[in-house]
Amino acid sequence: MSTIQETVAKTDAAAVDAPPKKSMALGRTTSLVMLVALLIVPLFVKNFVIFQLTMLLIYGIAVLALNILTGGSGQFSLGQSAFYAIGAYAAAILIEIGNVNYVLTLPIAGIICFAVGFLFGFPALRLSGVYLALATFALAVAMPQLLKLGVFEPWTGGVQGLVVTKPDAPFGLPISQDMWLYYFTLVVALVIYIASVNLLRSRSGRAMMAIRDNEIAASAMGVDISMYKTLAFGVSAGITGVAGALGAIAVQFVAPDSYTFQLAIALFLGMVVGGVGWLPGSLAGAAFIVFVPNIAEGISKGLSGAFFGVLLFLVIYLVPHGARQGAIYAETLLHKLRRS
Amino acid sequence: MFALPRLTVATVAAATLALAATSNSAFAQKKYDAGATDTEIKIGNIVPYSGPASAYGVVGKAMGAVFQRVNDQGGINGRKINFISYDDAYSPPKTVEQARKLVESDEVLLTFGVLGTPSNSAIQKYLNAKKVPQLFLATGATKWNDPKHFPWTMGWLPSYQSEGKIYAKYLMKDHPGKKIAILYQNDDFGKDYLKGIKEGLGDKASSIVVEESYELSEPTIDTHIVKMKALNPDVMVYFTTPKFGAQALKKVGELGWKPVQIIANVSASTASVMKPAGFENAQGVISAAYAKDASDPQWKDDAGLKDFDSLLAKYLPEVNRTDSSLMTGYNMALTMVAVLKNAGDDLTRANIMKQAASIKDLEIPGLLPGIKISTSPTDFAPISQLQMMRFDNGRWQLFGDIISDDIGG
Repeated sequence: MSTIQETVAKTDAAAVDAPPKKSMALGRTTSLVMLVALLIVPLFVKNFVIFQLTMLLIYGIAVLALNILTGGSGQFSLGQSAFYAIGAYAAAILIEIGNVNYVLTLPIAGIICFAVGFLFGFPALRLSGVYLALATFALAVAMPQLLKLGVFEPWTGGVQGLVVTKPDAPFGLPISQDMWLYYFTLVVALVIYIASVNLLRSRSGRAMMAIRDNEIAASAMGVDISMYKTLAFGVSAGITGVAGALGAIAVQFVAPDSYTFQLAIALFLGMVVGGVGWLPGSLAGAAFIVFVPNIAEGISKGLSGAFFGVLLFLVIYLVPHGARQGAIYAETLLHKLRRS
Repeated sequence: MFALPRLTVATVAAATLALAATSNSAFAQKKYDAGATDTEIKIGNIVPYSGPASAYGVVGKAMGAVFQRVNDQGGINGRKINFISYDDAYSPPKTVEQARKLVESDEVLLTFGVLGTPSNSAIQKYLNAKKVPQLFLATGATKWNDPKHFPWTMGWLPSYQSEGKIYAKYLMKDHPGKKIAILYQNDDFGKDYLKGIKEGLGDKASSIVVEESYELSEPTIDTHIVKMKALNPDVMVYFTTPKFGAQALKKVGELGWKPVQIIANVSASTASVMKPAGFENAQGVISAAYAKDASDPQWKDDAGLKDFDSLLAKYLPEVNRTDSSLMTGYNMALTMVAVLKNAGDDLTRANIMKQAASIKDLEIPGLLPGIKISTSPTDFAPISQLQMMRFDNGRWQLFGDIISDDIGG
């Protein structure tokens, strides 16, 4: 960056208030309560519920990644399932064929997906809005078929997929595999969450949000548009890849049919339900995509899709800004209670 | 005075012993694992009711109808079947979640009739580790017949490999020495078939002049057909899915070429393959079947079909009875009922597997006459017989004997 840009960026930072904390993270008390809940709940539930909670965290990470892209830099993506698939396959192949420790597969999957996402970000620069959404959608549709290609079959297992061995708890800890994997995922999720909040609060994050709000104004301010746009794509893809890798380890199986564009739509849905641009909402969005289909199925087996639609419609109608709106409402209510 | 208490103690002890002995023998017959009680047997199932493969959802509906009827008629040995069927939308991660829900939350005795090769692959390791029976899968992959490594998993459909072998037997008998050309889909499905026919041909496999493969992603397979015709084979074999099967028959017809044609059972549907290919092009095509086709008029007065129709009329009046998936679900559920009946009051998971692995010549109303279900501790492939059929004037005509092929364990 040239000196001029540097100065511009600096004055920009000084002149404009940093984005309010509330817009990206929860208050300290609420955060602590959430964290304690996430730490304690698994001790009292069945292994099956722990598994569901692990999936909740994993989808939460993937939704968060999309949130950085859409909520942060204002770019749409319906192709997150492709990055998720690459991450999952990278982990599965490394563990099963390369005999790599599962912990190490996460950063590797992340780096591979970052590279793929960054490269995909370049052609994406020429597209915006719905066109970008369509281009990424194509990526999501193509991915399952690419994974089935005979050329890759020695590694991917073709349509048969790959079975992944579930890791035991290390150091002889007397906890079940499910519980260990839950806490492992929780740690990864926390690291990614904190890093993401910090990223969006940093100069890079402000640059991304400036692009989101007004691209021309941002470029006039000296923000390197193409750099930050592709960077956002790369970071988002990288985090999605880590989620995919965790997903492969938790589910113990990868197959092309696991990563259809329906997954991409689900992640998109999770982001909208959680609140676009509000990172803690990712967890609420993930809860929606993990549990609501089960609720809908519980209401009626034949019409589960229709009931899912009704529930989704209710959410959008009642809280159009997603979980964020609910959180703000709850906070004002608390304040009122305290005052009275 | 001391005599009395002593006597009492002795009497009580004797009485207790006697009681213990009798109660023991009374309980000896009834043994339960999770999911079975005096009044109920819980069975878990996963089928795609939604998503890309939702057309197969009727398999689950047909199974549910059979169990409902069994319950209405008093259940199995006095126990009602609680059939818990979940939707996985044909997505393996969802299958894993639902399977874990069935085993750990609903605590079913066994899982039955889970549909799809990827779905079953995803839960095979888990169920075997948990020692929960994974019985009668709605998939034709050969790998389910592996009692040594997966003693808790058993398929049901005749495997693609067995079917391939049966075509080999037919060719060696009726068309010996002819040049054979094979078109197969380049995935596990097509390759399973190919492996079967090659093994079946044995040292005659040299009569295969070409093994042509196509990708599922190709829009049309016309070029493959033209390429194969150039080699001038006498027999064309199609291990294809329905869309490509129809394309192949049509193209061969358009070329004015009349080889002996064999098409996989998967693509033998009158409605989705023969009709689009054109009945005149499909004339004389050969395939194999194991179940009755509900749309075939020859079974109009058949007792099995009448039972099938009365079941649908009472429990599933809304479905299209010619959908072959219904017949599959119906036949599979009846197999399950037979196994549960044989298990008697010993409803442990181990005994269920033992009974499932010792079915002897079981006849099911929806299977072709003469096709019997048999298993053994080393043979986990319940159906390994088929009958040849020829497409003639708009419908399939069965011919020849039942051909059996046990690939063994």
